[in-house]
Amino acid sequence: MTEPGLGVQDRMDTILRKVRNVTTPLAGFGLVAAAYFIVAYAPEEAEQGIVQKIFYGHVASAWASYLSFFVTFAASALYLWKRDRAWDLLALSAAEVGVVFCTAVLVSGPFWGKPIWGTWWTWDARLTTTLILWLIYVGYLLLRPFAGEGERGARFAAVVGIVGFLDIPLIHLSVRWWRTLHPKPIVMNAQGPQLPPEMLTTLLVTLVAFTLLAASFIAIRAEIERLRDLAAMLRRRAQAREGSR
Amino acid sequence: MSVAAEGRAARVTFGGAMLAVMRKDLALEWRTREIFSATVVFAALVLLTINFSFDPGQRAVEQMASGILWVAFVFAGMLGLGRSFVAERENACLDALALSPADPGAIFVGKAAANLIFLAVTEAIVLPLFAVLFNFPLGRAFPGLVLPLALGSVGFVGAGTLFAAISTQTRMREVMLPLLLLPVSIPVLIASVRITGTALAGRAVSESLPWIGLLVLCDALFLVAGTLLFGHLLED
Repeated sequence: MTEPGLGVQDRMDTILRKVRNVTTPLAGFGLVAAAYFIVAYAPEEAEQGIVQKIFYGHVASAWASYLSFFVTFAASALYLWKRDRAWDLLALSAAEVGVVFCTAVLVSGPFWGKPIWGTWWTWDARLTTTLILWLIYVGYLLLRPFAGEGERGARFAAVVGIVGFLDIPLIHLSVRWWRTLHPKPIVMNAQGPQLPPEMLTTLLVTLVAFTLLAASFIAIRAEIERLRDLAAMLRRRAQAREGSR
Repeated sequence: MSVAAEGRAARVTFGGAMLAVMRKDLALEWRTREIFSATVVFAALVLLTINFSFDPGQRAVEQMASGILWVAFVFAGMLGLGRSFVAERENACLDALALSPADPGAIFVGKAAANLIFLAVTEAIVLPLFAVLFNFPLGRAFPGLVLPLALGSVGFVGAGTLFAAISTQTRMREVMLPLLLLPVSIPVLIASVRITGTALAGRAVSESLPWIGLLVLCDALFLVAGTLLFGHLLED
C-alpha cells in the first residue's frame, strides 16, 4: 500500500477540514433553529396531537440516511475506478453516518407509531424498506473487518456499497407492492405538497439542518479515519526503523 | 511466433471463457456430487423443520405452499452458493483465474450459470418431495411454476455468486454470505413467492405481470452488476 504523503491525501485533509469548519457550526445553528420551529412554530396536528412532531426528525433522519448512502455509493464507485484510499475513507464514513441516521428512523418510527397506530412495529412498506436498508449497510460495515486489512476489505465493501444502493429502488417497489399502511405520501404528491405551509417550512428547516449535520458527521468521521491511517503509517515506519537498527 | 501472434492465439472469447468455467464446475460436481447431495438433503430438512414448527393443516399448506418452497430453495441455495468458490479458494485457483486472459465478467457468468444449474436440479427434486410430504398436488400447476422458479433462481444466483466470491475470501464466511445476500435478494424473494403463489392457486399469469417485470429488472441488475464488478473481487 502506498504511503500517504503529499498529493491527494493531504488535499483531502484540507477539504475535510474546510467542510468540517463550515458545516459543524452551521449544523449546530440549524439544529437549534429546527428545534425552535418544531416546538414553537409548527402547529399541532389535529388528529395526532403532539406525537406527530416526531415526523420532522423522523423524515429528516430518513433523508439524511439516503443522502449518506448515496455518498457511499458514489465514493465506492470512485474508489473502484481510481483506487485512491481517500474515496474509500469517504465511503466508509458515509456508511457509518447513514447507519446512525437509519437507526434513528427505526427507533423514532415506533415511538410515533405506537400512540398513533397502536403497535410498535408493522410490516408496512416504508418501515420494512428502512429495515432492509439498515441490514444492507450493517452488512457493509461488518464486512470490512472480516475481509481482512486494508485494500481488500475496501474493494469488497465498495462492491457491496454499489450493489446495495442500486438495489434500493427495487426493494422499495417490491415492498410497497407487498404491503402498505404508512400515511400516504403527503409531501411529494402529484398535486404538490399537501402539508399546511407552517409544517412544510418546519420540515424544510429540519431537512436543511439534518443535511448539514450529516455532512458535518461524515467530514469528522473521515478525518478520524484519516488520522488512524497516519498513525498506522507512523507506527509502521517506527517499527521499520527499529528493525533495521 | 511473434508476440502479437502469441497474443492472438492466447486470447479467449467471452463465451469461450464462460463455457469453460461452467463446464469445469459441472464436471467437478458430476464427479464428487458434493454440493448436490448437501443441498438436496438440506432442503428436505428445511421442509421437515417447517412441518414440525408450523404443523400446517391442509388449508394452511395451500396458503403457505409458495412460501415454504421458496424458504427451502433460499436456504438450500445459499448452502450451494457458499460452496461454489471453495474449490477455487483451496487450490489458489482464484489467483489463476485473475491471471488468465479471460474476461472476469465471463468467469462470473460461467460460475453463475453453473450455480443456476445446481439450484435448478435441487428445485426439481424438492418440488415433488414437497408435493408428497405436504400432500399438495403440483401436477396441474406445474407449467405455471417454471417461469417464477426460473426468474427467481436467476436473480438469487446472480446476487449469490457475486456475494459468494466476496464471502469466500473473508473470515466468518458461512455467516457473511447470508448476511450480505438475504437483504439484497428480498425483492427477488417477494416477487418469486407472489408469482409462484398465483401459479399454485391456478390463476392466470397475467395477474403477476408487474411482479414478473420487477423480477426481470432484479435479474438484469444482478447479472450486469456482477459481470462488471466481478473483476474487482479476483485481484489480490
